[in-house]
Amino acid sequence: MSSVSTPTDGRPLVRLENLRKRFGPLEVLKGINLDVMPGEVIVLFGRSGSGKSTLLRCINFLEDPTSGVVEVDGIRLAGGHRTHGKREMIRKLRMRTGMVFQDFALFPHMSALDNVIEGIVTVKGIRRDVAEPTGRHLLDQVGLQDKYDEYPIRLSGGQKQRVAIARALAMNPKVMLFDEPTSALDPELIGEVLAVMKGLATEMQMTMVVVTHEMGFAREVSHRMCFIHDGEIVEEGPPSRILNDPQDARTKRFLEAVL
Amino acid sequence: MRESLSQASLRVPFRVKLAVVWLGIFGVLSILFALVHFDLPWMRQHYLFILRGLPYTLIICAFSIALAIVLALLGSLGRISRNPVAYGVSGFYVSFFRGTPLIVQLFLWYLGLAQVGSNLMAQGHSWGHWLILDAFVAGILALGFNYGSYMTEIFRAGIQSVGHGQHEAAYALGMSYRQLMRRVVLPQAFRVIIPPTGNEFIAMLKDSALVSFLGTSLTTMELFRRAQLAGKQDFRYLEALILAAAMYWALTSVFSYFQGRLERRLSKGYVRELRVYTH
Repeated sequence: MSSVSTPTDGRPLVRLENLRKRFGPLEVLKGINLDVMPGEVIVLFGRSGSGKSTLLRCINFLEDPTSGVVEVDGIRLAGGHRTHGKREMIRKLRMRTGMVFQDFALFPHMSALDNVIEGIVTVKGIRRDVAEPTGRHLLDQVGLQDKYDEYPIRLSGGQKQRVAIARALAMNPKVMLFDEPTSALDPELIGEVLAVMKGLATEMQMTMVVVTHEMGFAREVSHRMCFIHDGEIVEEGPPSRILNDPQDARTKRFLEAVL
Repeated sequence: MRESLSQASLRVPFRVKLAVVWLGIFGVLSILFALVHFDLPWMRQHYLFILRGLPYTLIICAFSIALAIVLALLGSLGRISRNPVAYGVSGFYVSFFRGTPLIVQLFLWYLGLAQVGSNLMAQGHSWGHWLILDAFVAGILALGFNYGSYMTEIFRAGIQSVGHGQHEAAYALGMSYRQLMRRVVLPQAFRVIIPPTGNEFIAMLKDSALVSFLGTSLTTMELFRRAQLAGKQDFRYLEALILAAAMYWALTSVFSYFQGRLERRLSKGYVRELRVYTH
C-alpha cells in the first residue's frame, strides 16, 4: 500500500526521451523514455549491470548520454558531444539536481557542516555566515544536530550518508537522485538513512529517483517502480502491482530472487 | 660471562645504547681531527663569516621552492590535461629539466642566457640586457625550474590520488573544473604532496651550494661560497668545509623536525583517534 498519493497533474519535472548510452561496443541504455512528475518518487531496480545506475547518472550528466534528450526543470539538453555552452547548461542542470552516492563521497577534509554548505558557498556564492545557519538546520533535519564539527572519518556509514543527503539538499534541488544509497551500509544502519529519505518524500514532497534494492522502501514510499533489464525499462507501475503481480517474466524472476 | 653480559645488555634501553654509539662516532672524529692539527681557534674566528651566508642560502631556497611549487602546480595540471598544448609543454618541461644536470642548467641560466642577451643587444634589441642575470637570480631560477620539474610528478601523483568519486560529488553539486580543483582536489592532494615537497626543500638546501659556482657577489654570497673563500684565504679548507657541513646539517635537521610536525597536523580529519603517533 502506498502511503503517499500519486501526483499526476502538471508538466513532468524530469523527462528522458529515447536516451541511449554506449560504452565502446557495449550499448548500456537502449532508448529510455521516462517522465517524472513533481513530487513523484520513482524506484529503479534491476540486477547489476542492467544499466540502472548509468540511467540515473545520465540525468545529471555524470555520464554523457550518447543520444537522446534529458530535460530537468525546463533545461533541455541533448546527448552527444559537449560544447562550451552545453557545459554551462550542464552546470545549471546539476544545480537543480541533488545526488547521493553509494559510497557517500563526502569531502574528507571538511567537517560535516562544511560539507553541507560547500555547494552553496562555492557554487552559489552565498556568504559563509549566511550559509552556516542553513547548514546547521539541514543537519538537524537529518538528525545530526550534535555532529556539526565532526570530520567524516569519525562518522558511521549511516551518519555519513545523512550528511551527504543534507549536502545535496542544501542546493535546494528540484529532484534528488539516489544511487544505491544504502548498499554500502551495515544492515543496522540502513534504517536511519531510509527514514530520512522517507521523510523527504512524505513531508517535503521531494521528487526523487532512487536506484535501490530495498523493496520495503519501494513498497512503502515510492509511487512508481521501473524494472530495468539489459538497458531497457521492461516493466513499470505502482509498487503494489509490480511487487504483487509482475507481468514480465524477467521482473518475476528478479523479484523471486530478492524477496 | 658472555651470558651475564647479554643479560646486562637487555636492561639497557635501546635509546641509551644509541646515544653511546653517536657519542663514540663523535669521539673518534674528534681524535682524528686532533691528530691532523685541527685549527679550532681559526674556526672560532671565522664561523661568523661563514654563518653570514646562511640567510642567503635560505633566501635562495625560499624563492626557489616558491617558484618550484608554482611550476609544479602548473606542470601537473598540464600533465593531467587533455589540451595538447598544455600536455606537450609540461611534458617537454619535465623531460628537459629532469633529464639534464642541475649544474649545466645553472650555467645555462647564467652564462647561456647572458650570451643570448648580449647578442640581442648587439643587434639593437635593448631589452636583451634583461637576459643577463645576476648570479643570485640565475641560481634561484635554475633551482626553481629544476626542482619544479621533479615536483611536477609529485604534484601529479598527489592530484591523481584523490579518487574519482570526489570529482563526481563536486560536479554533482554544480562545481566547475576550477572550483573542483581549488576546493576539493588540491586541498586533499596537498596532504599527499607536502611531505615529499618538504623533502625536496631539504634537498634544495644542500643543492643551493652549487650556486656558489656562479661566483655570487660579495653582498649575496651564500654559505658554501663564504666557506670556500674563508678556507682559501688561510689554507684552512678542512676547518671551513667542516663548518659549512655542520651548518647545512643543522639546517636540514631543523627543517626535517618541522616537516614531521607539519605532516602530523595535516593528517587532521583523516585519523580516527586524536592521539598523535610518533615513530
